[in-house]
Formats: sequence, C-alpha cells, structure tokens
Amino acid sequence: MNVEILFPEVANLYGELSNIRFMFGKTNHRLINTHLEDIPAFAESAPDFIYMGAMSENAQELAINRLLPYKNRLKELINQGTFILLTGNAGDVFLNEIVDKENNIKLNGLGIVDGITERRMMKRHNSLYLGNTDMEGIEKKKIVAFKSQFTRTAYSDSYSPLFTTIRGYGRGLKPGSDEGVRINNLMITELLGPLLILNPFFTEGVLGCMVECEPKLPYFDVAVDVYNKRVEEFSQPDRGFTY
Amino acid sequence: MNRIRFYLALWMAKLAVLTMSILKYNGTNFPGQLAIKICPEFLRYIGKPKEIIGITGTNGKTSVANMVVDSLKQDEVYPLNNSFGSNIHTGIATALLKECNIFGKSKKELAVLEIDERAMPLIMPYITPKIMAVTNLFRDSMKRNAHPEYIAGILEKYISDDALMILNGDDVISSQLKKKNKRVYFGIESLPTDLQKSINIINDARICPKCHHELKYTNVRYHHIGRCICESCGFKSPELDFMGVKVDFDAKKLSVSYKGEIYELPQNSGGIHNAYNTLCVATILSSMGYDLTRISELLKTVSVVESRFSKEKCGPVTVANQMAKENNAVGSSRAFDYISSLPGEKELILMMNCLGDQEHWSENTCWLYDCDFEFLNKDDIKQIIVTGPRGRDYHLRLLLAGVAEEKITWIENEIDAPDALKYTPGESIYIFYGTDSLALGNRVMEKTKEIARRRG
Repeated sequence: MNVEILFPEVANLYGELSNIRFMFGKTNHRLINTHLEDIPAFAESAPDFIYMGAMSENAQELAINRLLPYKNRLKELINQGTFILLTGNAGDVFLNEIVDKENNIKLNGLGIVDGITERRMMKRHNSLYLGNTDMEGIEKKKIVAFKSQFTRTAYSDSYSPLFTTIRGYGRGLKPGSDEGVRINNLMITELLGPLLILNPFFTEGVLGCMVECEPKLPYFDVAVDVYNKRVEEFSQPDRGFTY
Repeated sequence: MNRIRFYLALWMAKLAVLTMSILKYNGTNFPGQLAIKICPEFLRYIGKPKEIIGITGTNGKTSVANMVVDSLKQDEVYPLNNSFGSNIHTGIATALLKECNIFGKSKKELAVLEIDERAMPLIMPYITPKIMAVTNLFRDSMKRNAHPEYIAGILEKYISDDALMILNGDDVISSQLKKKNKRVYFGIESLPTDLQKSINIINDARICPKCHHELKYTNVRYHHIGRCICESCGFKSPELDFMGVKVDFDAKKLSVSYKGEIYELPQNSGGIHNAYNTLCVATILSSMGYDLTRISELLKTVSVVESRFSKEKCGPVTVANQMAKENNAVGSSRAFDYISSLPGEKELILMMNCLGDQEHWSENTCWLYDCDFEFLNKDDIKQIIVTGPRGRDYHLRLLLAGVAEEKITWIENEIDAPDALKYTPGESIYIFYGTDSLALGNRVMEKTKEIARRRG
C-alpha cells in the first residue's frame, strides 16, 4: 500500500501522526512524507491512503497555497474513491473559506468541500465526543474522541456525516449535531484522540476496506481495553462533556 | 466609583489574607480572586514596585523565577514574588496585595513575577515588566495553549515594546519575539551530546520562520532547542550574548562566555534543560546589574525546588520523585529522557493522571502521543507500573513505543502501585507525577519508601 502523509513537518499537532503508525503498523506499506517543498505523490499517482493532521493557523495557509495547484487532481481522486482522512482542523483547508472576524482575516480555502469555518482565537472549545459510525462495510461501533479547536464550521447540508452523535458537539459545535463529512472515501472530522488509536474497531473497518487480507492492528486487544474503558466513561450520564 | 470598588476589594482581600494566615492557608489565590471579583480592574489600581522582572515561557519559568528570587535573597534583597501562589492574574493580584499598605501603595521596590503565558491578556495591560524573560516556547496543554505559534502571538501582542527581552537564542520560536525590543540572548554554543536532527516527536520549528523552507539544525539538544540555519534564505539562530561553552554535570559546573571572558557558574541540577534555566537566571541577574563573579557566588546555594525532583536512599534501593507535568508532552519527554539516561537499573511508576479532569470530565489524552515514551524503551528499565484513571492508556502508549509487554504492569489504584515493585537491591525507583496528582504522588512515594526501608 502507498500511504501519503501531507506536510508532516507542520500538520502534526496533538500526536495526530500516530494515527498512521497505528493504522499501518502491521501492514506492508510504503510511507510517503510529502513536505511543503515537494510535489505531492498524488499529483502523479494514486496513493491508497492520504492523510493530513491538525496544524497551526499559519500552517493552514501554507497548506492551502501548496495544494491549490492540485485542486482538480484532489477532486478527481475523491471521485475515484481514494481514501483520504483529514483530522482536527486539516479539513478546513478543503473548505471555501476560513474567516477570523476578530483579527480581520478572510482566507480562501481549496473550495473542494462546500463550507465555511469561523475562527474565534480567544475562545477555544474543548469537549468529549461520543458517537456512532454508519459507514458501509464497517461494523457499527461507538466512536469516542475529543474536540479541541478555535473554529466552528458550517458545511453544506447535502453532505453525509462521518459520524452520528450520541453526546457531544458535531458540525458547527452544535450539541448533538452530526460530526464531520463523508464524500465517497474522503473522511473529514474535527475529532482528535488520535482518533484511529482511540477507536480500534473503526480503524480496523477502514483498513479492511482497503486491504484484501484480514486487517491487523498492533496491540489490538490492549487498544480494545482502552476503548472499552473510555466508552464506559463517556457513556456515564453525569460525566461532564465540555471542559 | 472604580476607586471605591478598588479600596473595598483591597480591604476585603487583606482581611482574607489575615484570616488565611491565622488558619495557616498561605499558598492560595483566594485573596486575589476575591479582589478581582469585587473590582475586575484591581490590577490596574493596586500599587506595584518600581521595577518588575517578568518570567514566562512554557517550561522552566517556575524554576527560573525561584532561582532568581533565591539568588537575590542571598544578597539580602527580598523582592515581591509569587513563588507561593499561582502565576495567573489572581496569583499576581495576591502577591501584590500582600505587599502593599492599606492605601494600596506597594511596600517593595522590586518584583520578580512568574507570569503564565496564556494569562497575559489578563495581566499585561496592568503590569509592565522592565525586563521580560522567556525561557522557551513549546507545546503545552492543548486545551489551553493550542500550539506554540498561538502563544507566541499572545506574547507578541501583550509584552511591552519597551521591555528588555531576555530570550533563549537556541529556541527558534521564542527568540523571534518582539524583534524591535532591546534583547539579550542566552544559549549554548555546542555540546558533545549534540545531535544534527531532533529525535523527539515534537519539533515545532522544522521550517524557516521567514521563507518556510526546511531548517537545518547544526546542534540539537532536545525538540527544537539548538542552533539552526536556513540554507534557502540565510536565516540562522541569533548570536549569543551569554553563551554556555561547557556543561559538566558531574562537577556541577557550567562555563559561560560573556563579553570575551569565561566564567564558571554552579550547575546544581542535572539535565540540559536545567543548564538553560541557570543561563536564563544568570542573564536576568546580569541585566539587573550583577557581575558574573557575584552571580556565581549567589547561585552556589540555589537549586531546583524539591517537589520537582528529589531522591532518597531507602533500604536496598533509591526512591525518587520526578515531576512530569500532565498534559505537557515536552515536560514529560524531558523527564523521561533525563531519568532513562541515568545509570543503573530502574523501576518506574507512571501516574501523571490529570485527576482534576477525571473528576468532572475525562482527561484529554492526545498529549500521550506527542510525548516521547520511546525513551523508556531501555534495557535497564526493568518494570514500568502504569496506574490511575489513564493507566490503560499509558499501557497502550508504551507498547506502541516498543516497550516489551512483560515489563508493563497495570495497577488500577495509584496507592497500590508500590506493592507491585520488586525493590531489587541497588536499583532506583522513580515515581512520575504531575502538579495535579502531587498530593497522591507524595503518598505513593512515602509508601514506596516505607516498603523499601522494611526490605532493608
């Protein structure tokens, strides 16, 4: 498998690159680190999986500038069903606009996904998340994760969510709203954790969609123990969800 | 009206100080909290010393502030300080009101204040340090601090344009702050242990701040701390004013070059991060007018506070605590790196759980994957006990760091962890806990010592 990580030198906040180490830890794969100065591998070939993690606001601008020449190619890959995962605020890069009214900033995104995000730099949102995944081919299991962000994103209503919310804040940080976006195999979510480590069944399911043999994850049993403990905690009705 | 509120706040808070002093509750922020609650602009009106030294940064600011205060005390100078309180606005308010008269006039001429970087918007509009030291900028609690660029933006906005900046020249992020201000850089020229590439998970200065091309590091100490250059635009680490030229932890000495002369400073605490703390302290004291020979004398009896690191021989083993701030991947990585580099066989207890979060919510554990648990994958670390609410998370993280399954023991409750230690004669036992689990950590340490003594 060819796994491309976009801009790991900046899109690496909150331990997010561990998502890849966990997901592909037991799979034969070729890891392609695409740096800001590089021509992305996806420009000339079709990787099996493309990942971009959370980054600073300045880095978002750099990422947009570097990806803009490849906007149509990215659209093509999405239409072809390439697996692309964007976590944290990486998904903002694919939107129409990023707006920061307090600091008078308006940044055009790639415009691949119809939506606008608004930054509030002195108002960071922190919460827990409990939801479900309804993706085809993936066992329906609960999703546990965290949110920690400055943004509120309004997506077009036409998009399918990546997760449905049991408790927590989904799109636009509205309580109970659906979380993230799924367009073919493009998966956009603001959830952190790292998401794939905290949710081994989801990870196994996504990996299973990509590999022909039975998917295997490192230390799956221990990861499931951790997952079960967290699901139990997050399911307690009196547990606070917003920090 | 504001003045009336201020005096009401001041007197109520002073009454609170008196009451708490009688009740022996001296280390809290309550008086400052009360004052700001009554008068939100309390910090504007309260009297301040003429000269204020501010110390901020992600790591080391408490140690540096304490060392500066302790050094000054050696010289019979007793500055106003917040070493027994907190470093946010309520802690600063508490420190100021304790040292002013009933009319709000400060009784002190000098203040040394540790200032939380994220709390600057609430403090700096009212407090104007003449000297502002920034130890470094790293990732910290993601919930509060997001990432270092965000914090750098806050410091840039709120630090006065007139402050003399004391900056870590080996930190690409903080060394770029307040470019128009007068500045003094401290740092280390080169060390035999220097690397040419960071081995840490976190390196938040991989690209040039000017042209965004890849930075080349010539000397890396840890994370992004070191000397670097951009081969694309010529940007490089600044020239150092206070330059560490040799660190000898065995002899407890740090040689410093300043204005062409070499001076020897005491280096009482191990770990390269502590050498940076010493350099920062020396640079602050020098900027206050002390000469290096005198600084060397003052630093002789000054060391890092015991709650951060202490060890004791108990029976057949040595038992030590090691502060590893929860939610702070760099702080814990530094602690892991330091302890794992010490000679001899070891057993560890990891209990850096954020107990406050656990009580109301659930700890955000993303930081575990920013933290270098890989340092603990060493032959002479014989057992790692993972415990507390996030013990299972540590277990998984250690496995992903390559630590052998048979070395990891999960114990549900922290207080039971000492029972699972082996107490092999000659080994050292290190207990890692953060500020949030300080009280429980001390109990675990005492229990460990008790068992160790019985084994002796």
